[in-house]
Formats: sequence, C-alpha cells, structure tokens
Amino acid sequence: MGTFIQLLIDGLSTGSIYAALALAIVLVHQATGMVNFAQGAMAVLSGYIAYSLLGVGLPLIGAIIGAVVISFFVGALIERLLIRRFERGDEHTAVVVTIGLLTLITGICAWFWSYNNQLFPSLFPNQTIPVFGASVSLRSLGTIIVILVIMGLLQLLFVGTKLGLALRAVSINQQSAAFAGMPVGRLLMVGWGLASALGAVAGVLVAPQLTLTPGMMDTALVYALAAVILGGLSSPIGVVAAAGIIGVLENLAAVYVPFIGHDLKVAVPFLLIFVVLILRPQGLFGRKAVVRV
Amino acid sequence: MPLLELEGVTASYDSVQVLDGVSLSVPERGAVGVLGANGAGKTTTLRAITGVVRAGGSIRFDGRDIRGLRPDQVAALGIAHVPEGRGTLGDLSVRDNLRVGAYLGKDKAGIARDIDYCLELFPQLRERVKSNGSALSGGEQQMLAVARAFMAKPRLLLLDEASLGLAPSTAKNVYQAIRRLREESGIAMLVVEQNANLAFSLVDSATVLETGRSVLTGPTEELRAMDEIRRAYLGG
Repeated sequence: MGTFIQLLIDGLSTGSIYAALALAIVLVHQATGMVNFAQGAMAVLSGYIAYSLLGVGLPLIGAIIGAVVISFFVGALIERLLIRRFERGDEHTAVVVTIGLLTLITGICAWFWSYNNQLFPSLFPNQTIPVFGASVSLRSLGTIIVILVIMGLLQLLFVGTKLGLALRAVSINQQSAAFAGMPVGRLLMVGWGLASALGAVAGVLVAPQLTLTPGMMDTALVYALAAVILGGLSSPIGVVAAAGIIGVLENLAAVYVPFIGHDLKVAVPFLLIFVVLILRPQGLFGRKAVVRV
Repeated sequence: MPLLELEGVTASYDSVQVLDGVSLSVPERGAVGVLGANGAGKTTTLRAITGVVRAGGSIRFDGRDIRGLRPDQVAALGIAHVPEGRGTLGDLSVRDNLRVGAYLGKDKAGIARDIDYCLELFPQLRERVKSNGSALSGGEQQMLAVARAFMAKPRLLLLDEASLGLAPSTAKNVYQAIRRLREESGIAMLVVEQNANLAFSLVDSATVLETGRSVLTGPTEELRAMDEIRRAYLGG
C-alpha cells in the first residue's frame, strides 16, 4: 500500500510538470489557434534566465519572478518578430516554424550555458512527510499545488475575464475580433507572452529534479503533447487531469507490469492516446467541433 | 455634413483594380443601399471603409479621414461591419459572441441590457443562447452577426449580403428585424444587398456600382421605377 501511494504521488508530481507545459501549449492554442512545439525549449531558456539571475546574486524567489517576467516579453517578441510572418499562411508552415524554433533555442541555450548539467535549487525543501504510510517529498507536493493553482487561474482567465474572451475570439476568427474593436496583434503577443511565462514556471519546477540542460524538456514535451491530445486542446482542467493520469499510469505500469518496466514506460501514454482517440476523437474533456453549413 | 462620405475611392487586390472611383454618402441616421452585379465592387467598398483592404481616394467618417486605419481602430470610431459570411465565432456560445461584440463597451449594466434587447429582437437566439455559434443554422448565424454588430453601439452599421444563402422567408425575417433595429436605434446603415427588393425595404436611397465605379445614385422610389435598374438587379 505504501509503495502504491508513493508511486501515486510521484506520478502526480511528474504529471504536473507535463501539465505545466501542456497548459502553456493550450494557452497558445486558445490564443492563436496554433500548436507551439518550441514551448519546452522556451521553458528551458526561462530556466537558464533564472539560473543567470541567481548567478548575479538575486535570491531564488526573485530570480524566478524575474525569469517569469522576462519570459513574458521573450514570448511576446517571438510572436511579433517571427510567428506573425507565418500566421496568415498555411498552419502547417507555422508548425514547422515552431519546430525550427525548438532547435534554434536549444542551440542558443547550449551556446550560452553549454551542454553541461547545471544544478538549480528548488523552491521547496528536500524533505519527506509521511502520508498513509508512504513517505512523500515536499517537492512533489509543492509542484502539484503550484500547478493546480495555475490551472485554476487559467480557467478563470478564459471563462471569467474580458481578456480571456478576447484571446479566444482572436484565436477563432481574427477578422470578427478586429471588427469588434479588438487589437488583434497586441492580443496575439499577450497570448504568447502568457504561455511563455507559464512555461517559465514549468522550467524552474523541473530544473531542480533533472538539472538544467538544453534538452531538459524534450521528453517532457512529448508527454505534454500527449496530455494535450488526451485532455482536449480547449480545456485547461482536461489537460491537467490527463497529465496526471499519464504521470501516474507511467509510474504504476513501470512497477506493476513486469514486461513494461522502466524501459518501456514511455510507450504507456501513447497506448493511452491510441485508445482514447479511437473512442473519443475530441479528447477526454475537449469539445467536439460541429460544423454546419 | 454626412456621417460617412466616400469620394473617388479606389482599391485593388494584387494588381487587379476592383474599385475605380466609388463615391457615396450616408447621412446621420440614414440608410443607403449599394447595388450592383456580382464583381461590381460592393463588398470591397465596405472592406475599404473598415480598413481590410488598402484604399485610395477619400473616406471620411464624421469629418475625419479614416483611410489607412486598422479594422479595430475603425471599429473604435463607431463603425460596425457585418461581414459577408457572417464571421460567427463558432467555438463561443451565443452569449459570448454578443459579449465579444460589446468588447469596446465599458458599462456592464448597459451591456446586459443590450444583450436582452438583441434576444428580444431575435427570439430564435434566446432559445440558443448557450449553444455554440457553430451549432446555429445559417439564418440564426446571420441574426447573431447583426446582433454582435449592434452590441458595439455603433453610429454606422455596414451590412454585407445579409440574405446570402438564406431561405426567402428567413431573409425577410432578418430584414424585418434590421428595419426595427434601425427605427428604434437610429443607427445609420450602409447596406450591400444582391436582392434589391430586400434592400429597398430598408434603405432611403441607393448607389449603383458598375465595374468598381458609382454610376447612379438616387432615392429608393426613383430607382425602383427605373427600367434599367429593374432589368439589371430586380430580375424583371
């Protein structure tokens, strides 16, 4: 029983890292209608920015806040200077551009900070507390709580605020949004900026566990995309739930299903996606798009 | 001084000249039709006014030159555009579509009142207020597009082919509601319409376009009586 609970909490903790990245992807998709494959790389860059701010003597919390703010502007600038050129064209072109961006940012990180692993301190103490006979790390709990709070804020942003409504309107139909007086260009920048800031949170949460490397988020991105597909592109709560399910299943399968083990556990989320997409193509929580003419 | 005044407006897509001297004016609280065959430049005229296409000549709104402004800046001046194709925000509910229309509004109580008014004007929308825009029928989407434009409390409404693709009885309903909207709100209107009978039921005067040029302007009764207009645009 103890092992089970420990696996469960650890799974939820890794799941919440995927969730943070997945939320950023959903945010960009909600705001611009596009999937950003560079979201993970941008989160790594944010991690390095926080690392450098630590290096110049800022306290940890200051460095994190600084990195989140800087990341907002980096995201907004990337939209304005790069993505804007491809928004009007074929969506597939834009997707390929974000893949290029992934490679570019990874290269930039390696150039400035090298491929060596850099240690990054955690916001939470490295202690464990007993929960139902299992020892659970405070880091895992802290990570889970931070992500749940962010998920709540995002849901509130989209359904409860005028900015959220405007971001969604712009992603659905830019012309209608503009005809209603919405400054489309500025809203697109805000959408990318918010996603980038959210990615920064994911970056600083995962860096203490994995140590900072340019490719730190590569695997997490794959899982985050799995969560996005599973949870539905339109639902913050859905992707967080899906990310949690993926994290837990992956951990449980590795331990309890002998032929999977730690080598094959990466296949678990994909098996899950496969089954879900056959049964519910819109994702577990996504809305079905109905087009009537 | 007219509310909207176009003089010698030109516009082109790539290198094809679509507008080649469009002149018309809409008085405060007035309603003016734009008639013409397919490809005469009716839709492009509206798109030039709201800054969707780059235009030459002079476009003045309330005495101010608005040429070169972005669509959202034009909207902020008080011009609402109901585009051809309706521009429905499919993933948003009917109510959220209306809230999008009210983006520039600041007064919450006023917005709630306006939503109520729209739902009274178009009772079909009241039944679907929680449905996604994409689940509505064509007629309902057209009503939603007009309602969304009204939510911005504009001084001038640009209406592009509101009858396109609708059953004749539905089109008539839509125009009836727009006529009521005009009477009760006093919003000035510039109406592009392929179906001249529907247009004449709403407007006081009209301009006829031929290959991107204004060729004739007059009050509704005069145009209705003219043989050539009838032959060309009224199908008789």
